[in-house]
Amino acid sequence: MKDRTNQEWLDELRGPDAAPAIADLRMILFRGLRAALSGRIRSDLESVLEDFTQDALLKVLDNLHTFRGESRLTTWAQKIAIHVAYSELRRRRWKDISLQSIIENPDGADFTPALLTDPNALPEKQASQNDLLAFVNRMIEEELTERQRTAIQAVIIGGMPIGEVAQRMETNSNALYKLIHDARKRLKARMIENGISPEDVLDAFS
Amino acid sequence: MLNANSLKKLVRAVLHTREQELTCQECFDQLDQFVELQLDGKQPAEAMPLVQEHLETCGNCRDTFEALVLVLEKNPSP
Repeated sequence: MKDRTNQEWLDELRGPDAAPAIADLRMILFRGLRAALSGRIRSDLESVLEDFTQDALLKVLDNLHTFRGESRLTTWAQKIAIHVAYSELRRRRWKDISLQSIIENPDGADFTPALLTDPNALPEKQASQNDLLAFVNRMIEEELTERQRTAIQAVIIGGMPIGEVAQRMETNSNALYKLIHDARKRLKARMIENGISPEDVLDAFS
Repeated sequence: MLNANSLKKLVRAVLHTREQELTCQECFDQLDQFVELQLDGKQPAEAMPLVQEHLETCGNCRDTFEALVLVLEKNPSP
């Protein structure tokens, strides 16, 4: 395969005879995705790889104008390919799971009041855990908007990828990240105001 | 209402909250640069601390980062 500088890649991919450069780039992306995905997909890997490579190649070509030259073009392209593949795998993994179901069932287990605190803890420790649980639940109700509560339950507690939650909440992942970040900052500030450190809470439940 | 498991997840996230954080998109935009610094042995955590901090707390972005490192190690750019 021909060695190319970033400028050579850009000139050829945008030029009148782009076919050789596109073919080389496709090969690079295909090999990269095979390395990235061979541990994650067992059945039908080759056909999945072909589809992801094609999607990634189109995305790279459509976004050449955004390449800032801060890395090798092939590194930047490989990054896009991984993002295309992983986003699609996440979409498939989560497609049948609604926001409501992840909020109602974040741990994948039935909600049981008896499991609120550690059943093996000494009574004193259980009392302290109960107080902390009550404080944190009150803090969430008082400090956060309903939208922030939903986002936190889905992303942080339920583990749903932020892009998947953003789609279900009809927003984008940037805006949702900022919403959650604001929520975390509010909770942190409220804890500090009340002289409760996050570390102390984690210790109490360890 | 939170149970103990949920509370721990939430409080861990609060513990690692910083005043300034990159969003996933902002981290992604700089990831190619970050990974190349890493593979060149150039201390990316010092040069790009906000990216480093985001990768320490965001599992999805960390997956992308690790995959990119793996891909570039196996298929070094010509």
